[in-house]
Amino acid sequence: MAAELTAPPKLAARGLRVRRGGREVLAIDALDVPAGRTLAVLGPNGAGKTTLLLQLALLERPDAGEVLFEGAPARGRELRLRRRMAVVFQQPLLLDRTALANVETGLRLRGVGRRERRARAERWLARLGVARVAGQAAHTLSGGEAQRVSLARAFALEPEVLFLDEPFSALDEPTRVALVEDLAALLAETRLTCVFVTHSQDEAARLAHEVVVLIGGEPRQVGPPEAVFTAPTDPEVAAFVGIGTMLAGRVLCREGGVVTLDAAGQRIEAVDERAFDEALVCLRPEDVTIAPAGQAGAGSARNHLRGRVRRIVRTGVDARVEVDCGAPVVARVTARSLAELGLAEGSEVVASFKATAVHLIPR
Amino acid sequence: MDLIGDGLREAFWLLVHNRNGVYEIALRSIEVSGVATLVSLVLGVSAGAFLAFKRFPGRLIALTLVNTGMGFPPVVIGLIVAILLWRSGPLGDLGWIYTTKAMIIAQTAIATPVITGFTAASLSALDPRLRLQLYALGASRLQALWLLLLEVRLPLLAAIMAGFGAAISEVGASVMTGGNIAGQTRVLTGAILLEQSKGNFGTALALGIILLAMMVAVNLLFTWVQLGARRQRAAAAPAQEDAPRVATLTPWPRS
Repeated sequence: MAAELTAPPKLAARGLRVRRGGREVLAIDALDVPAGRTLAVLGPNGAGKTTLLLQLALLERPDAGEVLFEGAPARGRELRLRRRMAVVFQQPLLLDRTALANVETGLRLRGVGRRERRARAERWLARLGVARVAGQAAHTLSGGEAQRVSLARAFALEPEVLFLDEPFSALDEPTRVALVEDLAALLAETRLTCVFVTHSQDEAARLAHEVVVLIGGEPRQVGPPEAVFTAPTDPEVAAFVGIGTMLAGRVLCREGGVVTLDAAGQRIEAVDERAFDEALVCLRPEDVTIAPAGQAGAGSARNHLRGRVRRIVRTGVDARVEVDCGAPVVARVTARSLAELGLAEGSEVVASFKATAVHLIPR
Repeated sequence: MDLIGDGLREAFWLLVHNRNGVYEIALRSIEVSGVATLVSLVLGVSAGAFLAFKRFPGRLIALTLVNTGMGFPPVVIGLIVAILLWRSGPLGDLGWIYTTKAMIIAQTAIATPVITGFTAASLSALDPRLRLQLYALGASRLQALWLLLLEVRLPLLAAIMAGFGAAISEVGASVMTGGNIAGQTRVLTGAILLEQSKGNFGTALALGIILLAMMVAVNLLFTWVQLGARRQRAAAAPAQEDAPRVATLTPWPRS
């Protein structure tokens, strides 16, 4: 464990700046990719996720700053270092040849001998479940098959660092789920260093040890997925990770680790030891329950806000219920409870949540 | 008079008896245009790749020049090359005017824009991320270029055919730079021009038929290669079976 703590990160960005058309699209003062771990790069469209990946994968030169590989600058030895890494892009980007030949191409470029090449390619096509398309031309493969061949091509290189740029976003849901599970198993087994660009929190939570949220080309928060998703450090990250409710609050009093705030004219209790006078009260929709006014009060929730249902948006099995409690509070309710509670737009309700479910962003 | 019949008959006799050194002339045509095409291939592919991948100020102008060059009047190219190589011209000391070297230069100048244009267009049509993917696989710049050229092998073969065709069928530039000297710089097109001006329509037509036959033979060869490449693609694509799209996880491979 101690060795792991003192070892330099596999990859690191220092003072990295990338400009496009006079606009700065990436500004990273310091970011580390620890060895043997998976780092998910999350962020909205245009946040610079792919730009960051291309920088770390040494596929583009920065306008300023540098990338360190195992603590030493990568500049000047990009080709050699690229041959120790592999990238899977959003599109399979296969060459116009057979699946097998595609997997062998990278190995050939890295000087792997003919017999070893063939063996590794066949082994990894089998591992990704696409052995039966080995002899098929790349352009005849389905999207899922092609992406599996692309993954096999990357894993066959047995890289020290694997980059994945939204590799599943173009696939249908069952294929995506199956591939994410395969990839999770592979990452756990190989213990390679992985940088995984995605805009899916599910994928990040499933695959990553650590998450960095990129907004406007800047890393806003780095940490384990649970921490980032439940305790964002700024409103933009909060909005991106799906915090449905954000209320401006003022501290009224503190007692034994419990903070009482005034938000939207109502009292809210939260668990927080930090010192501040004002904070943003953040709630995830799944932490808020809704009940018709008069039926609330039961359960362990300390907070109950009265309000009126302003909008109900059905999303398949779930519904997103916006309640006007002086300020909007958002809850996620299953379609069944929605029907059982007889909720409709305009209903008088109480939104309840535990003090421990409240996350505060000091202002 | 039966010009065409006479022409065919004469072509036959020319070939059987090798009259007027017809084999020599035909071989010289292939040699001059073949070398010019090879040089154009090297220049055109390099320039085409540069135009396709590099972003630089003046790229639009460069592409426009190439596209103009694809249809540039060969006689003007012949004139420019002749002026440059003229005994009193800037490159006159080389002594290349009225040699096959001068003809190769002129034909290269004609074929290069054709190959450049085809190469630039076909490489530009590729997904730009494919190049990044090749670098990521560990390709050097040259290796990546080679793999990308293999991706566009079909249009590239078409470019070679078009370039060779433009070179070998050209007459004005060849005569202006080569001088149409018997036994030295006379090629099929020049010979046709000469025989026609002498009123020997039969001989001229015979030479024309030989020229056409050669071009057909060369294009047949390249088309055969092209189709072979296409057949290979088709053969590598067996009928899709109705297998489940989501493959199951197989056990971890052991090395």
